[in-house]
Amino acid sequence: MKKINAENIIFDELNNKVRAEKEDVEITDCLGQRFIGAGLSDKNLKITGTPGNALGAYLNGAVIEVFGNAQDAVGDTMNDGEIIVHGNIGDCAGYAMRGGKIFVKGNAGYRAGIHMKAYKEKIPALIVGGTTGSFLGEYQAGGVIIILGLGANKNIVGNFPCTGMHGGKMFLRGGCKEITFPKNVHVKAATKEDISEITPYIKEFCAHFNADEKEIINSEFTVITPDSNNPYKQMYVAN
Amino acid sequence: MNDIYINPEFEVVRNDSRCIRCRVCERQCANEVHSFDADGKVMISDESKCVNCQRCVSLCPTHSLKIVKSDCRLKENANWQDQTIKEIYKQANSGGVLLSSMGNPNPLPVYWDKILINASQVTNPSIDPLREPMETKVFLGKKPSVIDRDCNGEIINNLTPQIELSMPVMFSAMSYGSISYNAHKSLALAAQKLGILYNTGEGGLHEDFYVYGDNTIVQVASGRFGVHEKYLMAGKAIEIKMGQGAKPGIGGHLPGAKIVGDVSKTRMIPEGSDAISPAPHHDIYSIEDLRQLVYSLKEATAYKKPVIVKVAAVHNIAAIASGIARSGADIIAIDGFRGGTGAAPTRIRDNVGIPIELALAAVDKRLRDEGIRNNVSLVVGGSIRSAADVVKAIALGADACYIATAAVLALGCHLCRTCQTGKCNWGIATQNPELVKRLNPEIGSQRLINLMTAWQHEIKELMGGMGINSIEALRGNRLMLRGVGLNEKELEILGISHAGQ
Repeated sequence: MKKINAENIIFDELNNKVRAEKEDVEITDCLGQRFIGAGLSDKNLKITGTPGNALGAYLNGAVIEVFGNAQDAVGDTMNDGEIIVHGNIGDCAGYAMRGGKIFVKGNAGYRAGIHMKAYKEKIPALIVGGTTGSFLGEYQAGGVIIILGLGANKNIVGNFPCTGMHGGKMFLRGGCKEITFPKNVHVKAATKEDISEITPYIKEFCAHFNADEKEIINSEFTVITPDSNNPYKQMYVAN
Repeated sequence: MNDIYINPEFEVVRNDSRCIRCRVCERQCANEVHSFDADGKVMISDESKCVNCQRCVSLCPTHSLKIVKSDCRLKENANWQDQTIKEIYKQANSGGVLLSSMGNPNPLPVYWDKILINASQVTNPSIDPLREPMETKVFLGKKPSVIDRDCNGEIINNLTPQIELSMPVMFSAMSYGSISYNAHKSLALAAQKLGILYNTGEGGLHEDFYVYGDNTIVQVASGRFGVHEKYLMAGKAIEIKMGQGAKPGIGGHLPGAKIVGDVSKTRMIPEGSDAISPAPHHDIYSIEDLRQLVYSLKEATAYKKPVIVKVAAVHNIAAIASGIARSGADIIAIDGFRGGTGAAPTRIRDNVGIPIELALAAVDKRLRDEGIRNNVSLVVGGSIRSAADVVKAIALGADACYIATAAVLALGCHLCRTCQTGKCNWGIATQNPELVKRLNPEIGSQRLINLMTAWQHEIKELMGGMGINSIEALRGNRLMLRGVGLNEKELEILGISHAGQ
């Protein structure tokens, strides 16, 4: 693994250095450099410090592990691979992601998992150990969003989750009685089948962050799915 | 549409003495207007289904058909016109938002038609394009403001990636899904042979069309359908769609019924699922956020692709364009309010946005005033109908034009404005395989090549008349334009004098 110290270098210079490497790279002293790992497929990254916005945008198969926090737009439009963050992340994580997995140990900001989509075997997953801000999973069209709310003592998601959701599945740990969902989704308690569906993700999450797998899997979960694949069907008349 | 209040808009007039009962009209009409009455041995019509696409008229071997506007009208009323009343009936019947296709059909001002082009007389000679070389080639992209030299005095190439076009026209975005495979193939083939570019729209790029990559603009819209690293690398340039002239301020929505087969595969969403592009990009709330998307695309493609930001022409477009020019974008595309669409809410299409002529003039002036005009190239669309419109647009300050309605007309579109039904009898705005095969991509592309070649000749002749032999020398050359019948404010915004001045 090749080490690159990111101190005092600007983002395009850092990213050029990463692109030029033939082997896996460890970035140290990262300080807000943006676009790290954009479109990356041919090597894996370990990052200490704080990467800037759009970490792993369009990621295409690489594994990025961050030992710290990450900022906005983690995994924007990502296609394949994994992003593992041992900390919190900012807003807009996993926007329109269509494959791969994002694991966050801590909390995610506003607008996480907007417009995630899925096609055949490509099913993206966003797993957040802590809580998220408002507008979680707006326009969700596919994929799996799992919010664990570990250690949270209030609502594990902010306001207006699932607005415009028309595909995929969302799992929130707990009964979620206090959360208001829009009319276009079904909200129900998770069954054993539902839990077994997310168990592989939970196992991976616990392996990454040393969390208690049994405690999580034995928790109560709420499952949210859209009630129709065509939410806007009745809205129009030909003119 | 079981609405007894709405009378058929058109009449099918059949000259029975010419009709040979070959039933071509019946087979050709996907709307099922025509049928054969075996008892009476006559062709009959259900005019309530007719959209006036004239497919039957064109293919009737004995020319026995014509479609005319029905003269069965409501009592005349300048305020409550037939169309207005019908729209109320439709909404009262359904509770739905009115959905229309193609560009704004209303009689709003077309400034192109009120702008006249100059010609040389006596004092500076005009140029004959038949005997003098005329350059219509343009390069789109950021132009460097300084010449960098190394320690030996040699010039350092500081030019960012440029798009080379043989003429200042490109085919603008129409997604695979809104138009057919054969329509896309026609555009791609023609763009390749012409040395220009076509645009995928927001529906991804069909795997068969990656071979035309050097002549392709790949689009990234808020839904990010079919966007992945290979797709981004496939094109000559990447276009971020922020807005569209036909429906500024709202997103795209391809109904689940059109997400079938290869369209589903290309967009990478399941069959039958709606493809919703939200109105905003939910990660772009500012110029700084736009800059982030621009640079994330540049990083993902190692700075090899120019990035276009496409916006609708709206109020304050000059300030918006100024922001985009500072976002790192290489090219700004502006789409005027007459631009076409496969489907847009009628009220938005007909009431939102501004004419491209005014938007272009305002943007070009603003960017010049701020000294950032060379940061970006300007591409304009939204009803460029002819070579004359192209020349006027260049003289108002555009680097190139986008055409789409003119291109689908070349492919056989008859502007019946019912694309949203998916039953296009001309094989363009449909995914029905029986209808798609009516458009032969070889013939379609040849018709596009013919159209563009003709426009190129006309552009050269207009340039020659002005004594200009390079399109670059025409750009922003507003002295070559005069307005006619325009008021002072309009002339001021367009930055041109009145005819006679």
